Amino acid sequence: MSKKNWPIWEIFVRSKNGLEHRHFGSLHAADAEMALENARDVYTRRNEGVSIWVIESKNITASNPDNNGELFEPAQDKVYRHPTFYDLPDEVKHM
Amino acid sequence: MKENLYNYILGIADNSLILGQRMGELCGHGPSLETDIACTNISLDLLGQVRSYFQYAVKIAGDDRTEDDIAMLRKERDYKNVLLVEQPNLNFAYTIGRQFLFDVYHLAFLAELQKSKDLTLSAIANKCIKEVSYHERFSSDWVKRLGDGTSESKEKIQEAINDLWTYTDELFHQTKADKAMVLESVGVDVTKLKEDYYKRVKDLLEEATLKIPDSKWFQKGGKEGIHSEHLGYLLTDLQYMQRTYPNMEW
Repeated sequence: MSKKNWPIWEIFVRSKNGLEHRHFGSLHAADAEMALENARDVYTRRNEGVSIWVIESKNITASNPDNNGELFEPAQDKVYRHPTFYDLPDEVKHM
Repeated sequence: MKENLYNYILGIADNSLILGQRMGELCGHGPSLETDIACTNISLDLLGQVRSYFQYAVKIAGDDRTEDDIAMLRKERDYKNVLLVEQPNLNFAYTIGRQFLFDVYHLAFLAELQKSKDLTLSAIANKCIKEVSYHERFSSDWVKRLGDGTSESKEKIQEAINDLWTYTDELFHQTKADKAMVLESVGVDVTKLKEDYYKRVKDLLEEATLKIPDSKWFQKGGKEGIHSEHLGYLLTDLQYMQRTYPNMEW
Protein backbone atom coordinates (compact mmCIF):
# COMPACT_ATOMS: atom_id res chain seq x y z
CA MET A 1 0.00 0.00 0.00
CA SER A 2 1.30 3.43 -0.83
CA LYS A 3 2.18 5.62 2.10
CA LYS A 4 0.72 8.69 0.48
CA ASN A 5 -1.37 10.37 3.12
CA TRP A 6 -4.70 12.10 2.75
CA PRO A 7 -4.52 15.88 3.03
CA ILE A 8 -4.68 17.50 6.44
CA TRP A 9 -7.77 19.39 7.57
CA GLU A 10 -8.18 21.86 10.41
CA ILE A 11 -11.19 21.28 12.58
CA PHE A 12 -13.23 23.99 14.28
CA VAL A 13 -16.00 23.11 16.71
CA ARG A 14 -18.69 25.29 18.23
CA SER A 15 -19.16 23.93 21.73
CA LYS A 16 -22.43 25.68 22.51
CA ASN A 17 -24.83 27.89 20.64
CA GLY A 18 -23.70 31.46 21.13
CA LEU A 19 -20.01 30.60 21.38
CA GLU A 20 -17.60 30.94 18.48
CA HIS A 21 -16.10 28.00 16.60
CA ARG A 22 -12.75 27.18 18.14
CA HIS A 23 -9.84 25.32 16.69
CA PHE A 24 -9.87 21.77 18.06
CA GLY A 25 -7.07 20.18 16.09
CA SER A 26 -6.34 18.62 12.74
CA LEU A 27 -6.80 15.29 11.00
CA HIS A 28 -6.43 13.48 7.70
CA ALA A 29 -9.28 13.02 5.24
CA ALA A 30 -9.71 12.48 1.52
CA ASP A 31 -12.28 15.25 1.11
CA ALA A 32 -14.44 17.69 3.08
CA GLU A 33 -17.25 15.23 3.68
CA MET A 34 -14.89 12.66 5.13
CA ALA A 35 -13.21 15.39 7.17
CA LEU A 36 -16.57 16.18 8.78
CA GLU A 37 -17.21 12.53 9.59
CA ASN A 38 -13.73 12.02 10.94
CA ALA A 39 -14.05 15.17 13.02
CA ARG A 40 -17.28 13.84 14.46
CA ASP A 41 -15.48 10.66 15.50
CA VAL A 42 -12.21 12.16 16.65
CA TYR A 43 -13.36 15.34 18.39
CA THR A 44 -17.06 15.31 19.25
CA ARG A 45 -17.81 11.84 20.55
CA ARG A 46 -18.10 13.10 24.12
CA ASN A 47 -20.80 15.60 23.34
CA GLU A 48 -18.40 18.48 22.78
CA GLY A 49 -20.13 20.37 20.06
CA VAL A 50 -23.16 21.59 18.18
CA SER A 51 -21.46 22.52 14.92
CA ILE A 52 -18.29 21.62 13.04
CA TRP A 53 -16.30 23.52 10.44
CA VAL A 54 -13.53 21.90 8.44
CA ILE A 55 -11.00 23.63 6.23
CA GLU A 56 -8.15 22.09 4.34
CA SER A 57 -4.94 23.22 6.01
CA LYS A 58 -3.33 24.31 2.74
CA ASN A 59 -5.98 27.02 2.45
CA ILE A 60 -4.79 28.74 5.59
CA THR A 61 -2.27 31.51 5.17
CA ALA A 62 -0.10 31.74 8.26
CA SER A 63 2.22 34.47 9.39
CA ASN A 64 5.91 33.74 9.18
CA PRO A 65 7.59 33.44 12.62
CA ASP A 66 10.61 35.26 11.14
CA ASN A 67 8.41 38.34 10.83
CA ASN A 68 7.32 38.28 14.45
CA GLY A 69 9.50 41.27 15.16
CA GLU A 70 7.76 43.65 12.83
CA LEU A 71 4.33 42.14 13.36
CA PHE A 72 4.11 42.02 17.12
CA GLU A 73 6.94 43.75 18.91
CA PRO A 74 5.95 47.35 18.18
CA ALA A 75 2.95 46.82 20.46
CA GLN A 76 5.08 45.94 23.46
CA ASP A 77 6.09 49.46 24.46
CA LYS A 78 2.65 50.91 23.90
CA VAL A 79 1.12 49.98 27.23
CA TYR A 80 -1.56 52.61 26.78
CA ARG A 81 -3.16 50.29 24.23
CA HIS A 82 -4.02 47.91 27.04
CA PRO A 83 -6.91 48.70 29.36
CA THR A 84 -4.67 48.28 32.42
CA PHE A 85 -5.22 51.73 33.94
CA TYR A 86 -8.76 51.15 35.11
CA ASP A 87 -9.81 49.87 38.51
CA LEU A 88 -12.01 46.91 37.79
CA PRO A 89 -14.73 45.93 40.24
CA ASP A 90 -14.30 42.36 41.53
CA GLU A 91 -17.60 41.38 39.97
CA VAL A 92 -16.21 41.84 36.49
CA LYS A 93 -14.52 38.66 35.49
CA HIS A 94 -12.83 37.56 32.28
CA MET A 95 -11.18 40.87 31.43
CA MET B 1 -39.51 -16.63 33.16
CA LYS B 2 -40.79 -15.40 29.84
CA GLU B 3 -38.60 -17.70 27.79
CA ASN B 4 -39.54 -16.33 24.37
CA LEU B 5 -39.00 -12.72 25.35
CA TYR B 6 -35.66 -13.59 26.94
CA ASN B 7 -34.48 -15.43 23.85
CA TYR B 8 -35.80 -12.68 21.64
CA ILE B 9 -33.77 -10.04 23.47
CA LEU B 10 -30.63 -12.18 23.26
CA GLY B 11 -31.20 -12.67 19.56
CA ILE B 12 -31.11 -8.91 19.02
CA ALA B 13 -28.29 -8.20 21.46
CA ASP B 14 -25.95 -10.95 20.27
CA ASN B 15 -25.72 -9.36 16.82
CA SER B 16 -24.49 -6.14 18.40
CA LEU B 17 -22.22 -7.96 20.84
CA ILE B 18 -20.41 -10.01 18.22
CA LEU B 19 -20.19 -7.20 15.68
CA GLY B 20 -19.01 -4.89 18.46
CA GLN B 21 -16.25 -7.34 19.33
CA ARG B 22 -15.24 -7.57 15.66
CA MET B 23 -15.04 -3.80 15.30
CA GLY B 24 -13.19 -3.59 18.60
CA GLU B 25 -10.49 -5.85 17.16
CA LEU B 26 -9.50 -2.91 14.96
CA CYS B 27 -8.57 -0.78 17.97
CA GLY B 28 -5.01 0.25 17.18
CA HIS B 29 -5.10 -1.65 13.87
CA GLY B 30 -7.32 0.52 11.67
CA PRO B 31 -5.96 1.64 8.30
CA SER B 32 -5.60 5.23 9.51
CA LEU B 33 -5.92 6.92 12.87
CA GLU B 34 -9.25 8.43 11.86
CA THR B 35 -10.86 5.23 10.58
CA ASP B 36 -9.44 3.37 13.56
CA ILE B 37 -11.29 5.71 15.91
CA ALA B 38 -14.43 5.52 13.79
CA CYS B 39 -14.49 1.71 13.91
CA THR B 40 -13.79 1.69 17.63
CA ASN B 41 -16.58 4.21 18.21
CA ILE B 42 -18.98 1.96 16.37
CA SER B 43 -17.80 -0.89 18.54
CA LEU B 44 -18.45 1.12 21.70
CA ASP B 45 -21.89 2.17 20.47
CA LEU B 46 -22.79 -1.46 19.84
CA LEU B 47 -21.49 -2.69 23.19
CA GLY B 48 -23.44 0.10 24.91
CA GLN B 49 -26.59 -1.14 23.18
CA VAL B 50 -25.82 -4.68 24.30
CA ARG B 51 -25.72 -3.53 27.92
CA SER B 52 -29.22 -2.07 27.66
CA TYR B 53 -30.55 -5.31 26.19
CA PHE B 54 -28.77 -7.59 28.65
CA GLN B 55 -29.81 -5.51 31.66
CA TYR B 56 -33.36 -6.00 30.52
CA ALA B 57 -32.78 -9.71 29.88
CA VAL B 58 -31.44 -10.10 33.43
CA LYS B 59 -34.66 -8.62 34.77
CA ILE B 60 -36.75 -11.00 32.67
CA ALA B 61 -34.66 -13.95 33.82
CA GLY B 62 -35.24 -12.94 37.44
CA ASP B 63 -32.51 -15.19 38.88
CA ASP B 64 -28.96 -14.43 39.97
CA ARG B 65 -27.40 -14.22 36.51
CA THR B 66 -25.79 -10.89 35.59
CA GLU B 67 -25.32 -9.09 32.29
CA ASP B 68 -21.67 -10.16 32.37
CA ASP B 69 -22.68 -13.81 32.70
CA ILE B 70 -24.85 -13.50 29.62
CA ALA B 71 -22.16 -11.75 27.62
CA MET B 72 -19.12 -13.71 28.74
CA LEU B 73 -20.04 -17.14 30.00
CA ARG B 74 -22.31 -18.76 27.46
CA LYS B 75 -21.11 -21.54 25.18
CA GLU B 76 -20.81 -21.05 21.45
CA ARG B 77 -24.07 -22.80 20.64
CA ASP B 78 -25.96 -20.46 22.97
CA TYR B 79 -25.08 -17.35 20.97
CA LYS B 80 -27.90 -16.39 18.64
CA ASN B 81 -26.19 -13.87 16.36
CA VAL B 82 -26.45 -14.10 12.59
CA LEU B 83 -23.48 -15.56 10.73
CA LEU B 84 -22.82 -12.24 8.98
CA VAL B 85 -21.57 -10.39 12.06
CA GLU B 86 -19.07 -13.05 13.10
CA GLN B 87 -17.20 -13.01 9.79
CA PRO B 88 -13.57 -11.91 10.27
CA ASN B 89 -11.84 -8.63 9.39
CA LEU B 90 -9.92 -10.05 6.43
CA ASN B 91 -9.19 -6.52 5.24
CA PHE B 92 -10.80 -3.10 5.49
CA ALA B 93 -13.15 -3.84 2.58
CA TYR B 94 -14.51 -6.87 4.46
CA THR B 95 -14.95 -4.81 7.59
CA ILE B 96 -16.86 -2.15 5.68
CA GLY B 97 -18.85 -4.63 3.59
CA ARG B 98 -19.95 -6.57 6.67
CA GLN B 99 -20.82 -3.37 8.51
CA PHE B 100 -22.81 -2.03 5.58
CA LEU B 101 -24.78 -5.23 4.99
CA PHE B 102 -25.64 -5.31 8.68
CA ASP B 103 -26.29 -1.58 9.19
CA VAL B 104 -28.95 -1.38 6.48
CA TYR B 105 -30.78 -4.23 8.21
CA HIS B 106 -30.13 -2.87 11.71
CA LEU B 107 -31.53 0.54 10.91
CA ALA B 108 -34.73 -0.85 9.37
CA PHE B 109 -35.07 -3.28 12.27
CA LEU B 110 -34.76 -0.59 14.95
CA ALA B 111 -37.24 1.65 13.16
CA GLU B 112 -39.78 -1.16 13.56
CA LEU B 113 -38.72 -2.10 17.08
CA GLN B 114 -39.53 1.45 18.15
CA LYS B 115 -43.17 0.51 17.60
CA SER B 116 -42.95 -2.48 19.92
CA LYS B 117 -45.64 -2.92 22.54
CA ASP B 118 -42.86 -3.66 24.99
CA LEU B 119 -41.96 -0.21 26.28
CA THR B 120 -38.42 -1.12 27.33
CA LEU B 121 -37.55 -2.53 23.91
CA SER B 122 -39.14 0.43 22.19
CA ALA B 123 -37.14 2.84 24.39
CA ILE B 124 -33.88 0.99 23.70
CA ALA B 125 -34.62 1.07 19.96
CA ASN B 126 -35.34 4.75 20.17
CA LYS B 127 -31.98 5.38 21.80
CA CYS B 128 -29.99 3.10 19.49
CA ILE B 129 -31.39 4.30 16.21
CA LYS B 130 -29.47 7.58 16.26
CA GLU B 131 -26.20 5.73 16.65
CA VAL B 132 -27.08 3.21 14.00
CA SER B 133 -28.11 5.91 11.52
CA TYR B 134 -24.58 7.19 11.82
CA HIS B 135 -23.10 3.70 11.41
CA GLU B 136 -25.11 3.26 8.24
CA ARG B 137 -23.96 6.58 6.89
CA PHE B 138 -20.35 5.75 7.68
CA SER B 139 -20.39 2.28 6.14
CA SER B 140 -22.38 3.20 3.05
CA ASP B 141 -20.11 6.19 2.41
CA TRP B 142 -17.14 3.88 2.56
CA VAL B 143 -18.73 1.33 0.23
CA LYS B 144 -19.13 4.14 -2.28
CA ARG B 145 -15.60 5.40 -1.75
CA LEU B 146 -14.08 1.95 -2.18
CA GLY B 147 -16.35 0.95 -5.06
CA ASP B 148 -15.85 4.18 -6.93
CA GLY B 149 -12.22 4.55 -5.85
CA THR B 150 -9.16 2.87 -7.37
CA SER B 151 -9.26 -0.38 -9.32
CA GLU B 152 -7.70 -2.10 -6.32
CA SER B 153 -10.23 -0.77 -3.81
CA LYS B 154 -13.05 -1.66 -6.16
CA GLU B 155 -11.82 -5.21 -6.58
CA LYS B 156 -11.53 -5.65 -2.81
CA ILE B 157 -14.94 -4.31 -1.86
CA GLN B 158 -16.56 -6.29 -4.69
CA GLU B 159 -14.91 -9.45 -3.41
CA ALA B 160 -16.07 -8.70 0.12
CA ILE B 161 -19.67 -8.06 -0.94
CA ASN B 162 -19.66 -11.22 -3.09
CA ASP B 163 -18.34 -13.33 -0.22
CA LEU B 164 -20.63 -11.84 2.44
CA TRP B 165 -23.74 -11.91 0.28
CA THR B 166 -24.46 -15.50 1.23
CA TYR B 167 -25.04 -14.41 4.84
CA THR B 168 -27.64 -11.75 4.09
CA ASP B 169 -30.72 -13.93 3.74
CA GLU B 170 -30.43 -15.18 7.29
CA LEU B 171 -31.22 -11.71 8.58
CA PHE B 172 -34.82 -12.35 7.56
CA HIS B 173 -35.25 -15.79 9.06
CA GLN B 174 -37.52 -16.16 12.05
CA THR B 175 -36.78 -18.19 15.13
CA LYS B 176 -39.41 -19.65 17.43
CA ALA B 177 -38.96 -16.67 19.76
CA ASP B 178 -39.28 -14.24 16.84
CA LYS B 179 -42.59 -15.71 15.77
CA ALA B 180 -43.97 -15.71 19.30
CA MET B 181 -42.95 -12.10 19.85
CA VAL B 182 -44.41 -10.95 16.55
CA LEU B 183 -47.73 -12.49 17.60
CA GLU B 184 -47.65 -10.40 20.78
CA SER B 185 -46.73 -7.22 18.84
CA VAL B 186 -43.51 -7.10 20.82
CA GLY B 187 -41.17 -8.30 18.10
CA VAL B 188 -40.41 -7.16 14.59
CA ASP B 189 -41.57 -9.27 11.67
CA VAL B 190 -38.22 -9.42 9.90
CA THR B 191 -39.66 -11.15 6.83
CA LYS B 192 -41.33 -7.83 6.00
CA LEU B 193 -38.02 -5.99 5.98
CA LYS B 194 -36.48 -8.11 3.26
CA GLU B 195 -37.73 -6.38 0.15
CA ASP B 196 -36.76 -2.88 1.25
CA TYR B 197 -33.42 -4.18 2.47
CA TYR B 198 -32.37 -5.62 -0.86
CA LYS B 199 -33.63 -2.56 -2.65
CA ARG B 200 -31.61 -0.20 -0.48
CA VAL B 201 -28.50 -2.40 -0.70
CA LYS B 202 -28.76 -2.79 -4.46
CA ASP B 203 -29.31 0.93 -5.01
CA LEU B 204 -26.23 1.73 -3.01
CA LEU B 205 -24.10 -0.92 -4.70
CA GLU B 206 -25.10 0.53 -8.05
CA GLU B 207 -24.21 4.00 -6.88
CA ALA B 208 -20.86 2.58 -5.81
CA THR B 209 -20.47 1.18 -9.36
CA LEU B 210 -20.40 -2.36 -7.96
CA LYS B 211 -22.04 -5.50 -9.28
CA ILE B 212 -24.91 -7.00 -7.36
CA PRO B 213 -24.06 -10.62 -6.57
CA ASP B 214 -26.40 -13.04 -8.29
CA SER B 215 -25.75 -16.01 -6.05
CA LYS B 216 -28.99 -17.60 -4.87
CA TRP B 217 -27.48 -19.90 -2.29
CA PHE B 218 -27.56 -18.63 1.26
CA GLN B 219 -25.99 -19.72 4.53
CA LYS B 220 -28.04 -19.99 7.66
CA GLY B 221 -27.82 -21.30 11.20
CA GLY B 222 -26.44 -18.54 13.40
CA LYS B 223 -29.81 -17.64 14.87
CA GLU B 224 -30.20 -21.26 15.96
CA GLY B 225 -26.69 -21.41 17.41
CA ILE B 226 -25.04 -23.20 14.48
CA HIS B 227 -22.10 -20.95 13.77
CA SER B 228 -19.22 -20.69 11.33
CA GLU B 229 -15.75 -21.70 12.47
CA HIS B 230 -14.92 -18.06 13.19
CA LEU B 231 -17.14 -17.58 16.23
CA GLY B 232 -15.18 -19.90 18.49
CA TYR B 233 -11.99 -17.89 18.02
CA LEU B 234 -13.85 -14.65 18.61
CA LEU B 235 -15.38 -15.98 21.82
CA THR B 236 -11.98 -17.13 23.02
CA ASP B 237 -10.84 -13.52 22.90
CA LEU B 238 -14.08 -12.14 24.28
CA GLN B 239 -14.35 -14.58 27.17
CA TYR B 240 -10.71 -15.09 28.06
CA MET B 241 -10.58 -12.70 31.00
CA GLN B 242 -13.77 -13.87 32.69
CA ARG B 243 -12.91 -17.52 32.25
CA THR B 244 -9.33 -17.19 33.45
CA TYR B 245 -10.12 -14.86 36.34
CA PRO B 246 -13.76 -15.59 37.23
CA ASN B 247 -15.71 -12.61 38.56
CA MET B 248 -12.83 -10.29 37.90
CA GLU B 249 -13.77 -6.63 37.88
CA TRP B 250 -11.89 -3.46 37.06
